Amino acid sequence: MNGDDTIAAVASGMTNSGISVIRISGPQAIDIAEAVFRKKKKEAYCKANLSEKTSHTIHYGYVCWQGEVVDEVLLLLMKGPRSFTAEDTVEIQCHGGALVTRKVLQTVIHAGARPAEPGEFSKRAFLNGRMDLSQAEAVADIIQAKSKLALANSIRQLSGSVLHKIKELRSCILDEVSFIEAALDDPEHMDITGFSETLIKENEKNLQEIEKLLASANQGRYLSQGIKTVILGKPNAGKSSLLNAILGTNRAIVTDIAGTTRDMLTEEVVFGDIALQVVDTAGIRESNDKVEQIGISLAKKEAADADLILYVADSSVPFDESDRQILPLLRGKKVLALLNKSDLPPCVSEDEMREFLCEDCSEAGIVSVSMKSPDDCKKIENEIREMFFQGKLSENEEVVITAERHLLSLEKAAESLREVSASIAAGMPEDFFSIDLMNAYRELGFIIGEETDEDLINNIFNKFCMGK
Amino acid sequence: MIPEFMNEAYEVAVIGAGHAGCEAALACARLGKKTIVFMVSTDSIALMPCNPNIGGTSKGHLVREVDALGGEMGKNIDKTFIQSKMLNQSKGPAVHSLRAQADKQQYSNAMRKVMENTENLTLKQAEVAELLWEADKDGKKRVTGVKTVSGGIYPAKCVILCSGVYLNARCIYGEVCQETGPNGLPRATHLSDSLRNAGLQLLRFKTGTPARIDKRSIDFSKMEVQLGDETLVPFSFTNRAEDIKKEQQPCWLAYTNEQTHRIIRENIHRSPLFSGVIQGTGPRYCPSIEDKVVRFSDKDRHQIFIEPEGDYTNEMYLSGMSSSLPEEVQIQMYRTIPGLEHANVVRNAYAIEYDCLNPTQLKHSLEAKEIEGFFSAGQANGSSGYEEAAAQGIIAGINAARKLQGKEPIVLDRSQAYIGVLIDDLVIKETREPYRMMTSRAEYRLLLRQDNADLRLTELGYEIGLISEERYEGLLKKKKQIEEERARVASVLFGASGAIQQFLRENGSQELKTGTSLEELIRRPELTYKMLAPVDKNRPLLPPDVVEQVEINIKYEGYIKRQEQQVVQFKKLENRRIPDDINYSEIASLRLEARQKLSEIRPASVGQASRISGVSPADISVLLVYLSSAAKRKE
Repeated sequence: MNGDDTIAAVASGMTNSGISVIRISGPQAIDIAEAVFRKKKKEAYCKANLSEKTSHTIHYGYVCWQGEVVDEVLLLLMKGPRSFTAEDTVEIQCHGGALVTRKVLQTVIHAGARPAEPGEFSKRAFLNGRMDLSQAEAVADIIQAKSKLALANSIRQLSGSVLHKIKELRSCILDEVSFIEAALDDPEHMDITGFSETLIKENEKNLQEIEKLLASANQGRYLSQGIKTVILGKPNAGKSSLLNAILGTNRAIVTDIAGTTRDMLTEEVVFGDIALQVVDTAGIRESNDKVEQIGISLAKKEAADADLILYVADSSVPFDESDRQILPLLRGKKVLALLNKSDLPPCVSEDEMREFLCEDCSEAGIVSVSMKSPDDCKKIENEIREMFFQGKLSENEEVVITAERHLLSLEKAAESLREVSASIAAGMPEDFFSIDLMNAYRELGFIIGEETDEDLINNIFNKFCMGK
Repeated sequence: MIPEFMNEAYEVAVIGAGHAGCEAALACARLGKKTIVFMVSTDSIALMPCNPNIGGTSKGHLVREVDALGGEMGKNIDKTFIQSKMLNQSKGPAVHSLRAQADKQQYSNAMRKVMENTENLTLKQAEVAELLWEADKDGKKRVTGVKTVSGGIYPAKCVILCSGVYLNARCIYGEVCQETGPNGLPRATHLSDSLRNAGLQLLRFKTGTPARIDKRSIDFSKMEVQLGDETLVPFSFTNRAEDIKKEQQPCWLAYTNEQTHRIIRENIHRSPLFSGVIQGTGPRYCPSIEDKVVRFSDKDRHQIFIEPEGDYTNEMYLSGMSSSLPEEVQIQMYRTIPGLEHANVVRNAYAIEYDCLNPTQLKHSLEAKEIEGFFSAGQANGSSGYEEAAAQGIIAGINAARKLQGKEPIVLDRSQAYIGVLIDDLVIKETREPYRMMTSRAEYRLLLRQDNADLRLTELGYEIGLISEERYEGLLKKKKQIEEERARVASVLFGASGAIQQFLRENGSQELKTGTSLEELIRRPELTYKMLAPVDKNRPLLPPDVVEQVEINIKYEGYIKRQEQQVVQFKKLENRRIPDDINYSEIASLRLEARQKLSEIRPASVGQASRISGVSPADISVLLVYLSSAAKRKE
């Protein structure tokens, strides 16, 4: 919200271009670029003295971090006010694709940029007078739309177990503050002598939990990113063998996010530049079995959220009621229909499949495959790549920036808890702890999209018998 | 129809002479405005119908701020207290809170004396029945005065509502429901309707007060004694400790037990709260004893503080035991408490229900948004407590006077004073219960300490005109002494040898490895400014309040600086004004909920808007974009 700091985000949609643009804007934009950008002179990587370079020039070099090359890039230097935001701006063109883009963005953030708020570049551009008045409404719409998306992403990207963990941490921290504040407010009814000793233990434990989340986040394991791909099909159509095949033949990053009822089996798969977050679901069919019903309703929920649906059909048997139950889930979605078991005598042809899908998704891709043939997995991969490069599929850049906002909030929360421990160690009175504890509480709230406002007062009154 | 009659015109009419009304009326009169203050009884001026004390956690801060601005509450309690305590002394300076037991009658009499002897101030015993106002051709309303029950018309340019809990009050216990104000005083029956007719929205709140017991019927030997502090700290910055020295009265501590709780549980169906007779919303921080027993059933006892109501009476206040149970149940329940077996109940506990304004109809100046010249303060705004009332009273009074002077209103923000937090919360957040101040509500509380209220606000009080030249000079001197002493302790240096090492050893502090300053030694948690006197050879003789500031500022410097940085951020949005005539329905990109809330509350700044529940950060960005484009259009 402040125009005096420097922000960064992916400025291009992370799609078929082959090139991604990371935009940095604000008073420290050039310094931050200087910190991460290196030119290669003979065998050495050297600083580029960007601040002395003329505005609106392009520089070839490398984004490096702590001695490692992150990517080979082109850097576009624009000094304010001659830029989109009217601030000093640096745009880094790196290799497209989610993984590289994400790494370049992270590097820039480590060097001191803040992940941009939804629509913040447009907002700055407008506030700095770079846009026509007639565009005010459009800018406002962008902010509102992107915020909505960011909030949805924020929750969507968290696995159930991480969400649960953050809620647990917040509730623990809020109870600590409530106890301190209730006692400060009503010292004659409540005594907090010795609470520091309890608190320091709890606080260290909470800090470790956050550090664990941070570590897994830094390994990319905490937030699911990539194109959300959901496998649907009736039982025994070959969903699991499809997943295994994809995982087996690709340099798969296998993510085991601990399962809770909310989590489906989720794996991250990388096809070259494209990251997929693949969700396997329970087979969809009519069922009276309670457990299976739960699985099916979860599958439907996942499908509603999917960027891409891999619909697995058994080509050796005719379409049945179970297939027809799947149809509504495909409506309005990007779909790749897989006619599986092509090694068996066919019963359903590609044309029949097209006809079957017709009403609900006429643009679906259709491939005949057999999971028994190793090459067929390549066919699926190619099909998906094709969809990606034609722009039919894209990974929203908001997803990446949301992940960075989460990281930053986790880091700030950890920092606040460290302050608490330091205050306890320095023998400070209890009232000093609440300030930093509440900061941590607020930061964790940003991640799960929860406000902080009246929580403390409400919790105090719920938990403690206050008053005269 | 009672015939009307005309009276002399006033600049300001104040309705009510409780803690809000007294501060409001005094502020106006002292700022030279011809002021009349109405009360149901002249014996009820600055009445304390509930607890017999002033101050307490965070409320003590409010009293000191009122004093720093030139108000009366602090001076009045300093004259009339019978016990004084600084609460939370083992905690950080931000939560030290002063609380004094008052002699209620002396408190009321002393305030009455001040009121009666203030120039420009007229006291009038009468029930105000109507708010008089007119509307111009655009429908814009402004007040013209008030009318009393007996038909007296008092023209006034500004009216300040300080009606406390008197509007349509009902006192309730058990099956008994009496249409009176507190202490059996007459209630105000007509004014609520008149306020509604003026377009104002009213809320129905409730609160309660415990019983008073005859001191002679209490066996204090079964209770723990609670004494005041030996070292007194006055509430008013104009007093020194030695000015207020006196013999203090004890309070006593007793406990409820399982038997008490059993009686409550067996009779809970007769509580008007549970039977539904009481409809008003009660405060959560001040639950009745039956509420405590029901909600916290795992607690096997609750504390009861037994506090004297004053030197003039034998009545003792049972703090912690407010109730609306039937009288005979109350008697049974009190008599289960050790020491109260033979308790003689002089006044029983009761709940009181009353009308108050929905405070979101007010600006931060406490003037109504829709009725020019109409101000409101205190419990009439949905707050609770004497101190919260006084704090709003002085601000409403100052701003009514400034309106008449053609000056901008005084608005304290959340980084300047607890008063700012209080008013901001009342007018911005939709309070659904009587609002009580708490230190946890003040996000910048390290800066808003009770010890520095004068440094924060007295200069402003002087600019307003409520602080004398002499007091202002005193403040400037204090500031200068603090500054000089801070500079001095930073420049007093010690080498890592000789006397200082021995001193540190003796005081359990680590010896020096390299040279350091006196300031750094003061910063050490185990050392104090006072302890370091033997090694600080050229120390000047300074008043204790100067030393206190120097020490706090050094010891907590890191924390204070962090809060100051937060304040800088806070001020940015706070200073972005929103024009009065903004039309939120024009801003299509605002979410519907935000548009409704903003239209209703009409915040004066973007900062205020950001604190309204239901307004998201994205809405704030949208608002900023809109404001910027609106500003450009005007250019």
